[in-house]
Amino acid sequence: MDLFGVISQLVFLLVAVLTLAAGLATVLLRNVFHAALALVGTFFGVAAIYLMLEAEFLAIVQILVYVGAIAVLILFAVMLTRGMMQTEDSNINSQWAWAATAIGVLFVGLFILILQVPWKISGQPVVGDTTPALGTALLTTYLLPFEVVSVLLLATLIGAFIIARE
Amino acid sequence: MINDIPLNYFLSLAAALFCIGLFGSLARKNAIAVLMGIELMLNAVNINLVAFWRYGSPDPILNQAGIVFALFVITLAAAEAAIGLALVIAIYRSRDTVNVEEINLLKW
Amino acid sequence: MDIWTLITDPFVTIYNLLRSGIIGLLASLGVPPDWIALIVFLIMGIIVVTAILIVAPVMMMYMTWLERKLVARMQDRVGPNRVGPFGLLQPIADMIKFLTKEDIVPEGVDKPVHLLAPIVVVIPVILSFSVIQFGVGMGAVDLNLGLLFLLAMGSMATIGVFMAGFGSHNKFAMIGGMRAAAQIISYEIPQILSVVVVVLLAGSISLNGIIEKQSGLFGLGWYFFYLPVGPIAFFIFLLAATAEINRVPFDLPEAESELVAGYHTEYSGMKFGLFYLAEFLNTFIISAIAASLFFGGWQGPFVQQIPALGIAYFFGKTIILIGIQLWFRGSLPRIRVDQLMNFGWKRLVPATLALILFTAAFLWAYRVLNQFLTGLGG
Repeated sequence: MDLFGVISQLVFLLVAVLTLAAGLATVLLRNVFHAALALVGTFFGVAAIYLMLEAEFLAIVQILVYVGAIAVLILFAVMLTRGMMQTEDSNINSQWAWAATAIGVLFVGLFILILQVPWKISGQPVVGDTTPALGTALLTTYLLPFEVVSVLLLATLIGAFIIARE
Repeated sequence: MINDIPLNYFLSLAAALFCIGLFGSLARKNAIAVLMGIELMLNAVNINLVAFWRYGSPDPILNQAGIVFALFVITLAAAEAAIGLALVIAIYRSRDTVNVEEINLLKW
Repeated sequence: MDIWTLITDPFVTIYNLLRSGIIGLLASLGVPPDWIALIVFLIMGIIVVTAILIVAPVMMMYMTWLERKLVARMQDRVGPNRVGPFGLLQPIADMIKFLTKEDIVPEGVDKPVHLLAPIVVVIPVILSFSVIQFGVGMGAVDLNLGLLFLLAMGSMATIGVFMAGFGSHNKFAMIGGMRAAAQIISYEIPQILSVVVVVLLAGSISLNGIIEKQSGLFGLGWYFFYLPVGPIAFFIFLLAATAEINRVPFDLPEAESELVAGYHTEYSGMKFGLFYLAEFLNTFIISAIAASLFFGGWQGPFVQQIPALGIAYFFGKTIILIGIQLWFRGSLPRIRVDQLMNFGWKRLVPATLALILFTAAFLWAYRVLNQFLTGLGG
């Protein structure tokens, strides 16, 4: 393998390890506020993965929506419910051992599956700007799902407002 | 770049992230942490969608189904976070806790 | 001929000379071509990044000078005038003061979060500089998605503010952080929507693409002059952006008369300096975006013949827009939290949505009319 291949793989491994570490921190950190910040780190890692997959638009949308909106929402919720954070002595509930075992089995199964299945790879290069074609696809081929998702988002907005109102 | 990294790498990363998120949503006490686990799982699914678009699409420009569905998943994740956190805050108001083990009024 | 290009377009010419020089040197040393590409990419990248990292803080220092001088004049004072002529060395003295202060970490703070917060606030602002087009061909990168990138960087600031507010374990910082986060996510929506108007007009989200579309009318085809949508969109953008970066009259998060200093109450020395840096660089970035979107960025008369003029046009427009924000500061009182939220959600968002609909309808009508007329002519 040539030098660029090695560099690409090293970069991928670095990003993957950082992403998974941030993900583990999200799940394992005792302080919920720190966990939420680790979640932000995971979002950045996933955005970097999108960049490697040459999905620039999605990477920026990931930062705009996940970091700029969803993470802020989560941080807000952590702040509003902070009364119980200090009194907690364990962050893990009583069924964690069962969960960990089942998930370990699931991961091993998935991993074997990923290695076994002969994935169909076309390996076409991405030439030029994908964003205009994406916009066209959203408003032609996927117009109905797009509208349904928009209506869903509106309904969610109203619903969240009604639920959280005093 | 893409010719140097096999598809398996991305799929394994997504599987690992999914399992971490699943553990978070099954084993955490704090309801907000459970929601964070769900966000991790959705992100893992998105990595898969984008990786399959990049590696499998016969024409990555004209056939962007993977990206489109990843965008829909991001939208749904935003909706889920909004509703979920609204519910958590409503529960916190009435029960004064966000510990999922203590929210058990319907249990018996 | 060479001298003429050097005079009219100094920075790009020097950059190209340097680049070809390095390529020639490496080629004469017998380095294989794909290595040359990598090495040149790295060296030029380091040069551009260093330039940004030097220019940005210097610009920030002189923006503080400009702010103090201008606001002092508006209040019938003189402003800094002791250090150097017209107080021009005052920012340097201030910087030395920041650097020599003791670095205090208050007791009871969440230490990692407390220390990371100023860095998290500064990084997105510095990253924003990478896509700003300072002149003809003078941007670090010309992203296809440049505008979207800038908006994403703007929305990242909330995380740092939250970290500062919550990590300090201080009620002033907490209230300030809460207010800042609520304000930023509320005013982000009208800001993005007002940008959509320009994107509709230009049909591009690349910053350079948008600027190049404004070249009509002798370099004065700016979107600000697209009546009636241009001025309205600009006004909404300026209001929302001012709120987004927490400046007067929307400075509730750091309202010194109620909250001491808001989310950076517990910060001192260089950590406070970083917050200060981020605030001023944000002002610059916002003004630069407004100048690029509504006033043609580096576009202006004779810019095709003498590209160096583009830099002057860009910085001139940006500094005038910064001056307008300082004028706000000198003349407007702070508004209340409920007024802020009401104004943002009940006035600004619907108004911007209506503006987008109007622009789209206008463009559609224009296209239909154009087709009809060409059909008539043919």
